[in-house]
Amino acid sequence: MSQQPLVTLQNVGKTFGPVTVIKDVTVSVYAGKVQVLLGENGAGKSTLIKMMAGVYQPDAGHIVVDGQTVTLPTTRAAEELGIATIHQELNLVPTMSIAENVMLGRMPTKHGLVDRSALRNRARAALALIGLDVDVDTLVGDLGIARQQLVEIAKALSINARILILDEPTAALTRHETESLFAVMTDLRRRGVGMLFISHHLDEIAEVGDTVTVLRDGEFIAEVPASTPEDDLVKLMVGRNIEDHFPRSAGDVSQATEILTVDKLTSAGSFSDISFSVKAGEVLGIAGLVGAGRTELIRAIAGADRYTSGTVAVRGRQLPNGSIQAAIAAGIGHVPEDRKGQGLVLDASVNDNLGYATLAATAKLGLVDFAGQRSRAAEVAMKLRIRMHTIDQSIGALSGGNQQKAVFGRWIIAASTVLLLDEPTRGVDVGAKVEIYELMNAITAAGGAILMVSSELPEILGMSDRILVMRDGRIAGELTAAEATQDAVMTLAARDVDEKYE
Amino acid sequence: MSTTTLPLKRRGLDYKKFLANNGALVGLVVLCIALFIATPDFLTAQNLLNIGIQVSTVAVLAFGMTFVIVAGGIDLSVGAVAALSAMSSGWMFASAGLPGWIALLGGLFVGALAGTINGLANAYGKLPSFIATLAMLSVARGLTLVISDGRPISTPAEVSFLGGNLGPVPMPIIILVLAALAASFLLNRTVIGRSMYAVGGNAEAARLSGLPVKRILVTVFALAGLFAALAGLLLAGRLDSAQPQAAAGYELDAIAAVVIGGASLAGGLGKISGTFVGALVLVVIRNGLNLLNVTSFWQQVVIGLVIALAVGVDVLRRKTRSS
Repeated sequence: MSQQPLVTLQNVGKTFGPVTVIKDVTVSVYAGKVQVLLGENGAGKSTLIKMMAGVYQPDAGHIVVDGQTVTLPTTRAAEELGIATIHQELNLVPTMSIAENVMLGRMPTKHGLVDRSALRNRARAALALIGLDVDVDTLVGDLGIARQQLVEIAKALSINARILILDEPTAALTRHETESLFAVMTDLRRRGVGMLFISHHLDEIAEVGDTVTVLRDGEFIAEVPASTPEDDLVKLMVGRNIEDHFPRSAGDVSQATEILTVDKLTSAGSFSDISFSVKAGEVLGIAGLVGAGRTELIRAIAGADRYTSGTVAVRGRQLPNGSIQAAIAAGIGHVPEDRKGQGLVLDASVNDNLGYATLAATAKLGLVDFAGQRSRAAEVAMKLRIRMHTIDQSIGALSGGNQQKAVFGRWIIAASTVLLLDEPTRGVDVGAKVEIYELMNAITAAGGAILMVSSELPEILGMSDRILVMRDGRIAGELTAAEATQDAVMTLAARDVDEKYE
Repeated sequence: MSTTTLPLKRRGLDYKKFLANNGALVGLVVLCIALFIATPDFLTAQNLLNIGIQVSTVAVLAFGMTFVIVAGGIDLSVGAVAALSAMSSGWMFASAGLPGWIALLGGLFVGALAGTINGLANAYGKLPSFIATLAMLSVARGLTLVISDGRPISTPAEVSFLGGNLGPVPMPIIILVLAALAASFLLNRTVIGRSMYAVGGNAEAARLSGLPVKRILVTVFALAGLFAALAGLLLAGRLDSAQPQAAAGYELDAIAAVVIGGASLAGGLGKISGTFVGALVLVVIRNGLNLLNVTSFWQQVVIGLVIALAVGVDVLRRKTRSS
């Protein structure tokens, strides 16, 4: 490339205390190009983008913007050079309007008071940059996550950002919303904005990227075109071949007994008339768009929310409505969609987190069985290969994949036989994903039943033995693993509701 | 996000870590040494016993507060509940003519009941604990005045015994030690205690793991009420009477002791030993300033600065841990 890059991190390095997290990495972002940053969790992607955004300063190497060597002591310094970051956790104030959020920190004023009409006009102009057409008086909290992201991008562009760092922007988006985001990115690319894009979805790379920088253990591994086959990318990323992304090994369940039976389950406003059953050894996938009622259904079965009518039974015994304790006693284990918000106590230790579901059941006279808990936790942590320093370290410090394995581990200690998985591999890197899939295999091989909600179609297709597709709170259809294809599922999931999610 | 994170030198990190994890204790030791040098009156048996008696009320209140703060709440009513419990005890004895030991237990019961109501309002009524206990503060103080008609009521000998001596040792110190052991055992060894940390750390994760979050919260506030009642009876025992304005404002001392002791107001963190040190810091500062003839007006200023310093250390600790 003869063109001069907008920004280059030149042979940068970064250490924290004794730990080297980035070693001699070079990456450039060019105008009108999407540079993809690829690597497993812990490969150093976040540290790298934080250096570009002025959060961290490199210990070695230097940063070049428009051919000039610069230092970025603060995020503000980076912003002034046109570098903006769209974080995974959005930096918007949910209780303020879109207009106020876009203009936050630079509110137009008149006689010392906020000039409302100028505020709206400037915000509208900012939204027009990415073709977003919404009422600027809407509260940001009332928008879906996808729209919030677009508002943040609009905000960045309105401060003349030329370099956008997009940190896993698609992690929380549906396929449909992702496509809208990509359309915006394509438009930005045409207008000469340079982008640094991070994603765990390999299929997105070829779709939206130009070149890929692969990192492993803080080191630069390769720079390859985005059209590189996925298998080769994975190989570069993990340093070994992953033979099979979805190693589902299904047994014959035709003779197996039904473990989970859901009959005419209805929750006003969320889902209605849902009936299905899951057999021992089976993985039933639930596909559908966000808002189709999948998470609500799973939560109702787990006892986390009450339902209006219908029944849930495990091994023929009906469960009381809205009782998590009864569900757990019947063998249900719930892996919720939001690991940090609903799955884990981040400040607590790995040991504690593994033991919550069995805390009361294993106690004697109200006293905690510390020794037993430790040995059970240590055994499960080893079995699930949870990578940590010690079992007493706080779980917040582990990577997403290891945290997720701990949520699974809690239910393995509880000897759960019906696992309800809601987005089980969200924010989990490739290697840990496969480990989680193998864990699912082990659970079903031991006679357990799994109900899995996922927005990742390849995962649903690859790991389910049967697939239910939900649409607008109802079951739109059922597919066997053999007949399920991406198109078949999407046709059922999105028939005539497409416009709604535009 | 405009802060600059620099790599910390290893030696600096260890030093900081030690200070951050034992800040209150180090502070207490430094304080005691300084007072020992500054005034010969500090390290006398009489003064140390005084400190012990004074710390007993604050610490017992603060132990109850530790449960609440660990579970992610706050209890503003403990001072008022302490007064109401002691007053109820006095009323049962002096006006209702009940035996002294029943009046004593009755006082404890009233405290636990007031706490239970706090817990029910918080867990089932969905009132934030700040609001529920603010209401209880007013109700309990009001009821205390109603029962007593604004005048002190004498308490039974059983209550006075709590304020007396057992041999050479003041009873409040013995009760303080027993309460500390009980609270520590409860928090560290029992299912309900460990559950408090989970609820305070992430209530939703605790609930989805099958912990009975609402029942735990009710228990937590009931315990805070019970410990408040005990503190109220200790106070009354020292004066042989229940005072209508007893323990006014003590809730703030209790919160301060818990926070100085290293608990996080966000919930999920806190220890009884830390709270005990926190209570000692508060009482030793007051005692020392008294010995040095500093007016009570300035004492308040100093206490305020100490609280700010302690929380500053807490923030620093979180930073060193997260990086």
